[in-house]
Order: sequence, then structure tokens, then C-alpha cells
Amino acid sequence: MTSKLIEIRWHGRGGQGAVTSAELVAQAAINEGKYAQAFPSFSPERRGAPVLAFNRINSEEPIRTRAEVDQPDVVIVLDSSLLAILDATSGLKEKGTVIVNTKKSAEQIRSEFGISGRLAIVDATKIAQESGVPTVNTTMVGVLIKATNVITLEAMKEPLEKRFGRVAERNIQAMGRAYQETVIGE
Amino acid sequence: MAKREGLEVSVALGDAVKLADTDVVAAYPITPQTHIVEHLAELVADGDLKAAYIPVESEHSAMSACLGASAIGARTFTATASQGLELMHEVLYIASSMRLPVVMAVANRALSAPISIWGDHSDAMAVRDTGWIQIFVENGQETVDNVICAFRIGEDRRVLLPVMIHLDGFSLTHVIEPIILPEQSEVDQFLPPFKYPLPLDPKKPVTMGAFGPPFIYTEVKWAQEVNLEAAKAVILECWQEFGKTFGRYYSPVESHHSEGAKVLLLTMGSLSETAMVAVDKMRGEGKEVGLLKLRLWRPFPFAELRQAVKDAEVLIVLDRALSFGGPGGPVCSEVKAALYHETKKPKVIGFVGGLGGRDISMSGFEEMINKGAELARTGSEREFEIFGVRE
Repeated sequence: MTSKLIEIRWHGRGGQGAVTSAELVAQAAINEGKYAQAFPSFSPERRGAPVLAFNRINSEEPIRTRAEVDQPDVVIVLDSSLLAILDATSGLKEKGTVIVNTKKSAEQIRSEFGISGRLAIVDATKIAQESGVPTVNTTMVGVLIKATNVITLEAMKEPLEKRFGRVAERNIQAMGRAYQETVIGE
Repeated sequence: MAKREGLEVSVALGDAVKLADTDVVAAYPITPQTHIVEHLAELVADGDLKAAYIPVESEHSAMSACLGASAIGARTFTATASQGLELMHEVLYIASSMRLPVVMAVANRALSAPISIWGDHSDAMAVRDTGWIQIFVENGQETVDNVICAFRIGEDRRVLLPVMIHLDGFSLTHVIEPIILPEQSEVDQFLPPFKYPLPLDPKKPVTMGAFGPPFIYTEVKWAQEVNLEAAKAVILECWQEFGKTFGRYYSPVESHHSEGAKVLLLTMGSLSETAMVAVDKMRGEGKEVGLLKLRLWRPFPFAELRQAVKDAEVLIVLDRALSFGGPGGPVCSEVKAALYHETKKPKVIGFVGGLGGRDISMSGFEEMINKGAELARTGSEREFEIFGVRE
């Protein structure tokens, strides 16, 4: 397997838009000429319950693996309350990145949930609310881009506009602000 | 020039049905097929597809409505999966016997009990003998391309048979991936309008599906068999023509590194992609292994299969369905039958695996190939083995 492959696992709650985010990120990557997949966990989902979504992005060759991502390079947690009830970092690669939406400091997240290694945090809930966006999913894409450069902010515009029409701009603003405000610690 | 875009395979499939300018869609939603018919309902409601969308109360009714629509000469599509396919079972025979070229996508899923919404080929194998043309696809692009081909093949005057496109539930239906949707003008050129030779018409009444007493029933079934066998030439012609037009070629038995391979693995559907990665790795280590992908399931491609395996010593067949109390998997048993009269043939080893959404990883396929080769070498094979089962 080539090292050009980046695997992402999204943790959210049903209704928070983790699946939509994964889908938009894949579309942006494909528009950039890359190969990409996005898919939800293959199971029944319920609003409010923990859900998973996945991305695979390969800048060089078609992706043939279709199984769920169990050894991600990046884990994104849309709702930090999930950290208390599930092992979000399960299977994370050694040099992987954890991305969390939280009001807390990186030190607090690290000590409360035993997260070592690369951690990117942002208060996406605040940014989304102040931008007039009801969910944090698109805001969190800004953090993903800042932490990984897996796609560009610019590439997200078209998929967001196609999906959200006239409210796309607010999502683009929130994503851009999250990109600026992300704090990354090794 | 058609654009490469990120689409969910179910959505792209619906778009292909739209590109085919389908007249009637009658369907009942069932996981993991739901996104396909939801998208079609949306296209019809938004006026993007000028078709009648018939919401029905069951899959039995869905297929029955499709028969009626097809019989008046309407281009007709439906989709289902698993228990839904089983519920329409008896009507499937009527579609093929009455020569009605309905196109159906089956989002392959396991059968209950226990309830499983996850993928395998149990549903497909249970409708093996219904007289439909059946094609398996392994990714989103193949899905789009073969749905368009399905209309052209089924509606061909020399064929007039219904066509099933089998795509794996979830691992295909729910994935967003790069897909090229052909341009409308290209599809219009490739797919001529449907003209049913003897449509139901009050001004010119005909009888369809009449009584068939013993003096004629055998001949009708013989004609149906001859017809389905003869459809293969049209399928090949269609795929050839599709390749010339769109640059993507398909054939009944496809191979990956099969040249000079002593050990061949045969798979169907989306797991073939993982199997390809395993074969690439083993080839890289100098092992003489290769992969065959059975795309055309009905009519069964006897000549192509025999040709593809003639130089191999071992042929490992993976089935994603189980024939209870029988010789293992239906595909393996047919492959064995196809080779029975050959003087030079590989030893056939059968595995059943990937049931109810159980994943087979790349290293799983590697293990399967090594194990199959070892069983053949030591002569210790059984009728079949369930791969990775906890006994």
C-alpha cells in the first residue's frame, strides 16, 4: 500500500453531519484530480447516537480497498462528549493526528482522555454558532485542512456551494475561521 | 467531454437510469438499495426525469408493475435487495418468460435470519434460475456503464430479456468515489429508443403469458433457453460497442495477472478489487498467481471460462453464498460442472466467505490463495470450506 494514501475516520453523533463532511471532502479531493472515497459505517444509524464516517484519499492511484478504515491516519471528533464513551483513537497510526472540537485546552484533553501524539483542537461549536451554521461538520473541515493539507480550502468551495446553495457562504466562512483558529500540538 | 466527479454509487446509478431516459420506475425501498430509488424519486419529482414513478406497497407489486409497464413498451427500471428480491421471486420468472426487458439493480445483501443488512451474494444466487441476464460489477464506474448497457442488451430485438445488475450493498451502494457520467448526447447515440415488437395495445389486442398445457410448455422453455444462450453474442457486441464509444471495455470473464499463473483465484463483485491488491503483492514476490473476475453470471460464459483457466493447475473459487446441504457455493459448483468434460483442467478448490458483510482483507485473500494451493498440492481438499469461520 502506498504511503500516499491517507485514511480518515470521522466520529460524530447522528445528525451532526459527519457523513456529509466526509462526502464533501471526497468530492473536493476528486475535483482536485485525486482519487478519493467517502462512506458511512455500514450499519443502521440513529439520530444522536455515535456514528462513523470514513475517507480514503490517494493523490496518485485508484483506491481498491473498500473495507471500513480501522487504522486511520486522522481521527476527527465532532463532539468531544464522545471521547468519554468510546475509544476514538482506536487503531490510530503511530504518527496519526487527532482532531477534536472542544472548548477545553489541549492539555485538558490530553490528560482527561489520555491522548498523546499530534492533537489539533478548535472550538468549532462557538465558530459555527457565530457564523449562523447549525452544525459543526463543515467548520471541522477547516481544522482537517489546517492539520493535514489533504485538500485545499479553495477546493471545498464548489462542493459546499453545490450542497448548501445560498447558505454555503456561511459554511465557507466558518471553515475558514476554524482553519485560522486551530491549535496544533505535537 | 464527460467530467469525472465524486458521486455516491447509488446516486450515479440513478443518474445512469436518467441518462437512459427511462419511462417508468416502480420500486419499494429496502436497505442498502434505498438511495437508488430515493434519488430516482427526486429526479422525477424535480422534473429532471420525465418518467412515471410508481410507489408500490411491496417488491412483489414493484415487479408486477414493471411487467405491465414493460409490456406496453415503456423503458422500465426497478431496484431491490435481499428479502425484497425474494418477495418478488415468482414475478421474476414471469418477466423473463414473457420476454419483458425490465432492468433491475440488485444491491446485494445477505438473507435473514439472523437479520443482516450487510452484503453477500445469497440474494443473487437464490434467483440464479429465473431466466434473467445477470451481470456483476465491482465499482461505481462499472455500475453506471453496465446499467446503460443493460437497457441496450435487454431491449435488443434479438434478446428481449430482463437484466439484473448486481452491485454489492454498502461497499458499493454507499461509497462516494470518482465516476465519469457519460454525456446525454453520447448515451442517446449508444442507446436507441425502446420499441417493443408486440406491445399491449387496446387497438391491437394480444395475449401475453397465456395458458401453457403440456403439449407446448417444454417447447416454450426450450425457446427461452435458446434465447438466453443466444443473448451472449449481443452482450459481447454491446460491450464492444460501449468500449469503442466510451473507452471502457467489459468482458464475461476478466483477468488480472492471469498470464502464466499456476494458481488462479476467481471472485465476483467488489471484493475483486481487494483480491487484485493481494495478487499484485504476491506477483511482486514472484509467485505465479492470478485473478479471474466472473462478470457475466447468466448466460454462463462456458467458453470464456474454459479458455481462461486452461493453463492453470489450481483454480480457487470464492463464493459469497452457501448452498445448504449441497456442494458448497453455487459458483464453484457451476465452475466444476463447466470443466467436467475438459481433458486438461485445473483442480478446483472452493471457499465460501464474505458472508453477511464479513470483510476479507488483502492479507485474507493472500491466505486464501496460499491455503487453496496447499490443499490442492496435498490433495486434502473437501467439497468446500467456509473461509475464516469460527467453528
